This record gives sequence, C-alpha cells and structure tokens, in this order.
Amino acid sequence: MNARTQAQVSFSPRRVGALVLRYWYLLRSSWPRLLELIYWPTVQVLTWGLIQTYIGQHSGFFARAGATLIGAMLLWEILFRGQLGFSISFLEEMWARNLGNLMISPLRPAEFVIALMTMSLIRLTIGMVPVFFMAMFFFGFNVYGLGFAFVAFFINLILTSWAIGILVSGLLLRHGLGAESLAWTLAFLILPLSCVYYPVTILPEWLQVVAWMLPPTYVFEGLRALIIDQVFRGDLMLRALALNVLYFGAAAWAFLRLLESARHQGTLMQGGE
Amino acid sequence: MPPASALSSTPAVSIDRLVKVYKGLTAVAGISFQLQPGSITALLGGNGAGKTTTIAMIVGLTAPTSGTVSVLGARMPGQRYQVLHRMNFESPYVDMPMRLTVRQNLTVFAGLYGVEDTQERIRTLAEELDLVEFLDRPTGKLSAGQKTRVSLAKALLNRPEVLLLDEPTASLDPDTADWVRGRLERYRSEQGATVLLASHNMNEVERLCERVIILKKGRIEDDDLPQHLLARYGRHTLEEVFLDVARGRRETEEAAQ
Repeated sequence: MNARTQAQVSFSPRRVGALVLRYWYLLRSSWPRLLELIYWPTVQVLTWGLIQTYIGQHSGFFARAGATLIGAMLLWEILFRGQLGFSISFLEEMWARNLGNLMISPLRPAEFVIALMTMSLIRLTIGMVPVFFMAMFFFGFNVYGLGFAFVAFFINLILTSWAIGILVSGLLLRHGLGAESLAWTLAFLILPLSCVYYPVTILPEWLQVVAWMLPPTYVFEGLRALIIDQVFRGDLMLRALALNVLYFGAAAWAFLRLLESARHQGTLMQGGE
Repeated sequence: MPPASALSSTPAVSIDRLVKVYKGLTAVAGISFQLQPGSITALLGGNGAGKTTTIAMIVGLTAPTSGTVSVLGARMPGQRYQVLHRMNFESPYVDMPMRLTVRQNLTVFAGLYGVEDTQERIRTLAEELDLVEFLDRPTGKLSAGQKTRVSLAKALLNRPEVLLLDEPTASLDPDTADWVRGRLERYRSEQGATVLLASHNMNEVERLCERVIILKKGRIEDDDLPQHLLARYGRHTLEEVFLDVARGRRETEEAAQ
C-alpha cells in the first residue's frame, strides 16, 4: 500500500503509533513528568497503608474491613490516574498549541482517542505498578493475588476513566483551556457517590439510586464482597460493564458533537482560553 | 513530476459565497474565488480582514456559516479526510511541540501523513531548509527563524498538492526570508503545487505571487494580477496599492469624482 492510499484509509494503526510516539518522546524527555506519575500514588499508598495497619490492630470485622481501605484506594487510583493520563496527554496538545496541526492532519478522531487511551495505560503502568508492589511488601495487600477479580475490576475502572477522559477532552476542545480544571476535578465528582471507602447502604435511599448508576460503585462493592465475604460478585461486574459500554458510547458521541461545535466556533486553531 | 491535479483544469481550491460569522461578528462576508492547479496566490489584507479565517475554512479547521469550500474536489470540512493527506499548512497560530527535537517532531508528523521513507524525507528537507545541525535539538531551543523553518519542513513533509501558508516569513531576517521564498518557488515549480499565501510582506507577494486577492472587512476588495493592480491604482508598488485599499483612498477618490 503506498503512502497516499495508506493516508486515506479510515483507520490507521500507523497514525495511532505516531501519536503515541509523540507522547512517549515527551514523557521520556521530562523527569518531572515521570516523577509526577509515581509521586501521588506513593503518598496515597503510604497514608492508607498506615491507616489500615492501625485499624488492623483490632480484631474481628474491622480488621477485615480495614483491608478494603488500601484495596479501595488502589482501585480508585486506577480510575483517577487512568483518566488523568488520558486528559493530560490531550492537554499537552493544547499547552503546546499543536492541536491545529493535528486537526489538519489525516488523523481521525477515533485514532486520536485510541492513542490517548494507549497513553493512559502506559502512564498508569509507570505510576501504579511500583505502588502495587509497595502495597504488597509494606502492607501485605497483594493486588495481583485478587486474580481474575482484579482483571474485572481493572477493565471496568479503566473504561470509566476513559469515558470521563473523552468527555473532558471534548469540553476542552469546545471551551479551550478555560475548562482545564475539569481534567483534575471531574472524577472527584463521582468519588463520594461511588462509595469507594464505605458500602452503598450508608447513603440515603434516594442517593443509592444515583450511586447504582455509576459503574465504579459496582467495582467497590465487589471489592468489599471479595475481601470481607470472600465472594466474587460476577453479576456486579457485568452490570458495571453494561453501564460502562453505555457511558463510553455517550462520551464518544459527546466528543464528536463538541468537536463539530468547536469547528463551528473556530476554537480549533488556537485552543486558548 | 507534478501531480495530476496540476495538469487538470478543475480548480484546486474553489470557494463560493463563503460566509463566517462568530457570535454576530462577520469575519468573512460572502467571498468567492478559485485557485487553479499549480498557481501561487497571495491573500492580502490588514489585521482582521478575514485571511486566517478563510485559510482555516479551506483546511477544514473552521466550518463555514454558509457557502462552500472545495479542495481537490472534496467539500470541506465534511469530506476533509479524502484530501487532508494531499494538503498541508503553516501558520503562526500553531506551534510544533517544543520539548520534542526537530527530528522527533518530523518523525511524528511523517507517521500522521503516512510518509514513506520517513528518515530519507526528513534528511532531504533538513538539507533543503538548512536544518541539519538542529535536527537533534529540542524545537523550543531554536530561534524564531529556525522554528519557522521547522514548521515549513513539517508543511512540506507529505509533498502537498495544496499548500496554505499564513505569513511564512514573518519572523525571518531578510536574508533567510529571501532564501525561504526561493525554496517555496522551487517547490511549487517542481511539484506543481497550488499555493495560497497570506502575507503582509509586499516584496514577498511581488516576487512570488502571480495573483493577488485583497480582503477588507471580510470582503474581496480586489482580485487581479499584480501588474494589473499597479496599473489600475496608478502605483509603483503593491505596498502603495495595499495602503490605498486599507485606507480607502480609492473609494474616496471615486466618491469625489
């Protein structure tokens, strides 16, 4: 296939690879960026690990429940860092004033999104794998020991993180860097409702309805069921997956609409405030 | 060999009654023109005349409020993916990522444009644009003139049939600017590319362009060959013509008569 034909095809792994390479070049050229990936997860695991150690000194239910705290923290970090990895890669284009160059290239929106998802996984791997080992060696919580359950938790959380990341990117396209703070704050909007550190039943009944509309709620309930009751709740994972497919599709649709709106508003050229 | 589009009589770019309104402010007010394949045309106008908005609509970055833009037979922005790999642009409103080296930036864009023989193409462009010694330096560490040459290298990476340039020599010293103009002339004659150039530099326009479109307040104020404009306005340089248009002298004189 020659270059002209290759550039015309509707999906090109080479274009995805080129964009991933761009972010990889950036990441490896900047040690503060690499350090930032590990810094906060490390602080978090130390804080929650010590809290768990304190609670674990008591026997009975609270000792078992205490173990859910560090597990919940690690899973929350997957969601939050996954979304941040997606959104920050997108923001790099706006900070660099490079969005116009990308938007007049043959890069398709789907390829752009897949490159950002890939970078989210790479950044997550760099930031979280050392932290998972820290949790194992210092606080005896082995994420990998959760086995298939961890895979199910991870898939659901990363899908939610990408759905939020896609929505935030669309809002950034449409509203420029004025919407930058959403990249850091939007995920926290669902933190209290996802019942990361406490069971859903703690919430008022009407709020429980809202909580069950969020895929992470199923994951954190599933984690507690696994650690406290030693039961893997596959039904919860499937419901989370169904909701994630719905939200991911809605976010992708919103991204395309916001991109078109940005094209009408003329904000793609500068991407400023 | 020039691409097929250069040998065809179908316009490379066709604009028909193009309008762009931003929140009640008219940036482009119903302009129409065509660019023939292989031609090089200047888009002149003061700040806010609508040059950048027009170029943004041609490359598909901005959607028109009404009217149509076709590039190489594809309607923009709806059919942009049919032709984006055959065109490129350079503008002071966009930058290359500063932390990446010149070589890294060009490698990334070569991948996005599906350029074959990437390293060979980068080497050729680096030699032609005098960038060889800067290839492994971060783009952000270069001078303004060197950055402009990197942007030009990016714009020429995919050997575009339609090249849109927004003030390509604005930050260059006279010697380098002249040298870049020579490169653009050579590229146009070798590739048969269609070039649309927005510029404030009248020497550049006189040297490079065979046609001049003058915009004022989003409308085409004049559209002719440079020598015809000079004759009609009774001026010796395009700068004088530009000032006449910008300050409305011709309208004043016509009204007086």
